[in-house]
This record gives sequence, structure tokens and C-alpha cells, in this order.
Amino acid sequence: MDINDLRSIVTVVSMLTFLGIIWWAYGLKSNKQRFAEAANLPFAEEEADRIELGLSSRNEQRKTS
Amino acid sequence: MSEIQSTYNYKVVRQFAVMTVIWGIVGMLVGVIIAAQLVWPELNFGPWLSYGRLRPLHTNAVIFAFGGCALFATSYYIVQRTSHARLFAGGLAAFTFWGWQLVILLAALSLPLGFTTGKEYAELEWPIDILITVVWVSYAIVFFGTIAKRTVSHIYVANWFFGSMILTVAVLHLVNSAEIPVFAAGILTPKSYSAYAGVQDAMVQWWYGHNAVGFFLTAGFLGLMYYFVPKQAGRPVYSYRLSVVHFWALIFTYMWAGPHHLHYTALPDWTQSVGMVFSLILLAPSWGGMINGIMTLSGAWHKLRDDPILKFLITSLSFYGMSTFEGPMMSIKTVNALSHYTDWTVGHVHSGALGWVAMVTIGSMYYLLPRLFGKPEMHSVKLMTVHFWVATIGIVLYIASMWISGVMQGLMWRSGNADGTLAYSFVETVKVTYPFYAIRLVGGVLFLSGMLIMAYNMFKTMAGGSTVDAPVLVPAGHHA
Repeated sequence: MDINDLRSIVTVVSMLTFLGIIWWAYGLKSNKQRFAEAANLPFAEEEADRIELGLSSRNEQRKTS
Repeated sequence: MSEIQSTYNYKVVRQFAVMTVIWGIVGMLVGVIIAAQLVWPELNFGPWLSYGRLRPLHTNAVIFAFGGCALFATSYYIVQRTSHARLFAGGLAAFTFWGWQLVILLAALSLPLGFTTGKEYAELEWPIDILITVVWVSYAIVFFGTIAKRTVSHIYVANWFFGSMILTVAVLHLVNSAEIPVFAAGILTPKSYSAYAGVQDAMVQWWYGHNAVGFFLTAGFLGLMYYFVPKQAGRPVYSYRLSVVHFWALIFTYMWAGPHHLHYTALPDWTQSVGMVFSLILLAPSWGGMINGIMTLSGAWHKLRDDPILKFLITSLSFYGMSTFEGPMMSIKTVNALSHYTDWTVGHVHSGALGWVAMVTIGSMYYLLPRLFGKPEMHSVKLMTVHFWVATIGIVLYIASMWISGVMQGLMWRSGNADGTLAYSFVETVKVTYPFYAIRLVGGVLFLSGMLIMAYNMFKTMAGGSTVDAPVLVPAGHHA
């Protein structure tokens, strides 16, 4: 097999993989929940957010947890 | 929870964040000096402070010292906060800080002294290249180690961008910096030759060069965007699935765009065309990412009015959109025939570097700094707004002057007389650029002034010396 055949195959496989990713992201309804969870990861730690702004002391935090 | 609460490792974040501002000032100061040298050539003092040696110092300082420290600081912060885990291997993380500072110091010494490989953005000689490799591998261990010990199931999209940046930069650095050292020259006065020759060397160099833009300056800073824009806007990213497609589309296309730096050279024609086509395709994922960032603010546009952090972040996305439109256009061979080797390229680079990279970094640092020092906000919010306007006006002056100067150069260089001779001598084209070089200098001085305002604000925020490391908490919704 010519090296150029291999190059063509890699290009086609890459394209199909990418189309597969689009289908995985947009086509699969079951992914909606996991994407919502992932998107909210930056907002999962309200207490830590408050503490780093100096708005609530760590001791208070200990008592509540 | 019975165990003693652990905290996030903010020390290394704090160190990198402060050095981001410091190196930003140093790198941009060198930029202002070489801009002044182009207006007043008398300012070239001796070989050490000549334009030819200071220019690589400027690019290395702003990309790897300013940009690099920003990436370290934000990736270490974001990976901890979105993985709900303290940084893996704290000692190694500290080593990445001191090792990276040593790399910067060695660059600042060796480049003015004239030690260079001559490869753009990879000028540092082989001993420093080895140190970079060691630091970068440590960075990868710390970052991916933290991902591995995460206490949540998902890997947040910002970490995908940081991870791809770390992996790709490792590969780029190793391949492009492959060189044969001349040991006889000694380790303190190093000399090396590239492992490649001729057009292969040029292609490897620009495969590296463009992916340094694509992964170091784009993917890495998109990691900042995907965390700080949602955080500051107070709502999740506009579309998470778009961010997934955005990520993979960038990964699949950026690698092949490098040949557009070598249009009309000895590089085979088909390679140039491949580079041009992939550069044009890049418009789609770039704009997908920009829209995703800007639309995150939809329904909360009023926040833009009095929040300088959002002003910086959203303006950076606008410049990102502008330069990722301009880039594909300039990669078209017929457009490139006009733009290549002119100041238009310099303008384009700075619309990306100042408008996108620096603005998103500044916004993110204004978000981070008070949090790292346990303050509710920066010392002066008003000065942040002043910084924003000074910086924005500076960028506009810079880009506009380089557009005019560049297009003028391109048109003059290509115009010929009926008998086939050139219509203008080179020095005539230098003469017409003169006023625009002065305007560019003013733009650069404005941008640098903004950074000085930022440094003042930063030190005032740090005053008192209190630092707070936020505790690692069980994420909301996971309580038993």
C-alpha cells in the first residue's frame, strides 16, 4: 500500500471521528444531563467562593459543615 | 466529614499571578523601546540593546513570561476549583514556578548577549531548551495528576483546553527545538544547529510557530475564557455542547495551518494550499468559541456597563473574533501576496496578542487577585475602568496605524513601471511609514501605562499581606 493511501485513510477517519463527536454532542439526548452538570462545575462551591473573598471566615464554615 | 479540612494550593497561583503583571510590564516595556527605535534609530545602544537582539527578547517576554505565567496561574487555579481537589504534587508545582522564572531570567540574559538559534519564538539555546522541557513535563504531571485525583466525575471544558495546550506545546517544543549542540562552544556560551535543513526546517519552524499561536496563545487562553466569563457573568456557559465541538474542531484543524507562513516560498505549492484551506476552515471553530463566550452574557448585558472585569473579558472576545477573521483572510494566497512581510502582519499579531491574549489575561487577573489575597474586590474598581479605556485606545491606535502602514508598504512594493522596474525604492517605502510608527509607539505607551496602573492597583490590593486559601469543600448537591 502506498503511503499516500494511508494519508487519505487518516484524513477520512479524522473527518468521520469529528462528525461522530458532533453527533455525540448534539444528537444524543441522553447527554443533556451530563453537559448541564459539567457546565455548572464552576458554581458548585459557593462557600469557597465566599471565603476567598474574605466574606465568611473559615471558623464559621467549620461550624456549619 | 471527620477529616481535617484541606485547602486549595493558592500559593503557587499567587506567585504566578503576581509575576504575570510584573513580566507583562517588562515585556511590554521592551516592546515600547523597540517601537521607539523604529522611530528614532539613534536609540540602538551598542550590540546588546540593538533592535535585532531586543525584538526576540520582547516576543519571548510577552509570550512566555507574561502569557506563560498567566497560563500557569489560571490553569492551577481552575483545575483545582473545577476538580474539587488540591493541586497534585505541591513540591513539583513550586518547582514549575522557580524553574519557569529561571528560564525567563536566562532568556533575558542570553538574548541580549546574542545567543540565539535564530528560530522565531524558539530562539533560546539548547541548555535553556532542556530546562524548559523539564519544567514543562513537571507542569504536565501536576496538571494531569490533579485531574486524576478529582472528586467530581466530569472534567470541565476549560481543563480540556489547558490539557491540550500542555500536551501540544510539549510536542511542538521537542520537535522544533531538535538541534545538534556544538559542545566545543561550551555550555555557558552555547551554540547549536537545527536538526533539519532547508525547506523542511522552515516547515517545522512554522508548524511550531503557528501552533504556538494556536495552542499556547489560543487554546490555553480559551481555558481562561471558559471559566472566568461564566464566573463573572454569574451563569453557566451559553452552550456546553458547542464548547465540546469548539474544542475538537480547533484540535482537528489548527495543526495544519502553519504553511500559510510560507506562501510563495520554496515550500511545495500543494502544501501552501493545504495551509490556506485549513486556515480558512479555522474561522468556524474560532467564531463558534467567540459566540459561545459572548452569548454567555445574554440576558445580563447590563452587567457590562459597570463591571470592568466583564469589559475586559468581552472586549477580548471581540478582538479574538476580529483577529480570527483577519487571520484566515490573510492566509488566502492572493491577499498574502499583499500583506506578507509588511506591517499589516505586525498589526494582526498585536490585535490577537494585545486585544485577545492580554485583555483576557488582565480581566482574569482582576478576578483572581482579590480572591488570592482575601479581599472582596480590587483596591480601586475605578482604576480598573481607567485601565480598560487606556488599554483599548492603545490597541486601536496600534492596529489602525499598522494596517495603514502595512497596506501602503504592500502596494508600494508591488507597483512597477512599464519597463518592469520597481516604481519605488525600498527607502521610499520606509519614509512613508514614519508617522505611523510614531502612532504605533503612542499606542504601545498607552497599553504599557495601563499595565503600570494595574501594578499599582495590585500592590495596593496585596497591602496588609493577608492571604486566604479557600477550603476544599464537598460540592453542592453532593451532601449525604
